[in-house]
Amino acid sequence: MADAPFLLEIDGLHKSFGDLEVLKGVSLRVRPREVIIVIGPSGSGKSTLLRCINRLEEPTRGVIRVDGVELSARGVDLNRARKDIGMVFQAFNLYPHLTALGNVALALRKVLRMSRQEAEARGRRMLERVGLADKASAYPGELSGGQQQRVAIARALALEPKLMLFDEPTSALDPELVGGVLRVMRDLRDEGMTMVVVTHEMSFARDGGDRVLFMDGGEVVEEGPPSTIFRNPAHQRTREFLQRVLHA
Amino acid sequence: MGRLAETFFNAEVIATYLPALLSGFRVTLELAAAVVTLGILLGLALAMLRAFRFRLLNGLIVAFVDVFRTLPQLVVMVFAYFGLPYAGITISAFAAAVLGLALVLAAFAEEAFWAAITAIPRGQWEAARSTGLSFGQALASVVMPQAVRIAIPLLTNRTIAITKGTALASVISVPEILDKAQSAMSISANASPLIVGAGLYLAIFGPFVVVSRWLERRYGWII
Repeated sequence: MADAPFLLEIDGLHKSFGDLEVLKGVSLRVRPREVIIVIGPSGSGKSTLLRCINRLEEPTRGVIRVDGVELSARGVDLNRARKDIGMVFQAFNLYPHLTALGNVALALRKVLRMSRQEAEARGRRMLERVGLADKASAYPGELSGGQQQRVAIARALALEPKLMLFDEPTSALDPELVGGVLRVMRDLRDEGMTMVVVTHEMSFARDGGDRVLFMDGGEVVEEGPPSTIFRNPAHQRTREFLQRVLHA
Repeated sequence: MGRLAETFFNAEVIATYLPALLSGFRVTLELAAAVVTLGILLGLALAMLRAFRFRLLNGLIVAFVDVFRTLPQLVVMVFAYFGLPYAGITISAFAAAVLGLALVLAAFAEEAFWAAITAIPRGQWEAARSTGLSFGQALASVVMPQAVRIAIPLLTNRTIAITKGTALASVISVPEILDKAQSAMSISANASPLIVGAGLYLAIFGPFVVVSRWLERRYGWII
């Protein structure tokens, strides 16, 4: 495991929005099958970090490499590289004019150039994987938040990415729907997916991942196994944050 | 009452000029169809091009739109028919009429489509691009289907208003309804042809209005 090449490498990532520096030099190395959970207060740069990985945000400085491909390079084929990275958003961002199956199959037809039958077949398999095979013909407006998010996960999984990015996947959900989505994420982890998850769900942060990153003010303050971070954080800032969040 | 019927509903006059009026009806239909098709398709194409945000192209598109939103349709028509020949370009009255109205409709349609495109939440673009769709694919498959639906209510009123301008084509002697009605009126010294003409306009634009209400109801959902 120690000799496995890294799937995700981030070196000295800086991001500024005008005068505001949101990421102040973040570095991270993720091995295949690792699950990284990123926690931290609002404005710490967690989401920006995630969105820089697939260049939804343009890094100001720094290098990002996914499976050996330098995404931050100038001439890189971004569309091709993005096939290997799946992203799940806090607001789901399902296409309202397409059914659940349509949402999942769109990229299969346009990007992977599958035929309609192949795309639909794989689409149905993906929906089954997240427990929504019977909702294939439903429109997003007809689904609950938890179901929409699971369709969004199926949509991201459909291209069989090597890396999955989750940007606060359960933050917009009613509490009783959170469990369903977390279950799907745990299943994914058990199947060996490499994941980077930004979340406020401390229960998931505690037992869902291999490593926890605590971010504050645009920097990674501390990182380590969940047991260390949660039971024995080294930094004062980490301690303060955990106290605020866990004793809410 | 008898005088009214004789002046405005004179059966003899109507019978004499009905064929002419009906041929005008066909021309008006052709004008309307051409204007709506060209105007809306051009407006849609311009709005989609604008989404690419190429600076020079955008400048041209915005200039085009601003000019044709301000110029009166009749002025464009008259310029196309009487003005262009001075530059060596001669086009038929029908073409000049279509050009005048379609360019103006295109300008308004572009603004309606553009407003709709910018109303689509950024998250839709992000979700599409994050699955590897190119900008063009995201625009065509994710954004435009939603934008067109939003644009329909914005478009229907404008389209009806501008397409009614086919009556203006009579000024440059296109043989449409008003042109035919007016000559029938002056020859017969009777107002009945105009009443029939008005009825024919209703026959064309009435369904227009009904269809646009149906479109608004069927597709006009805003997310």
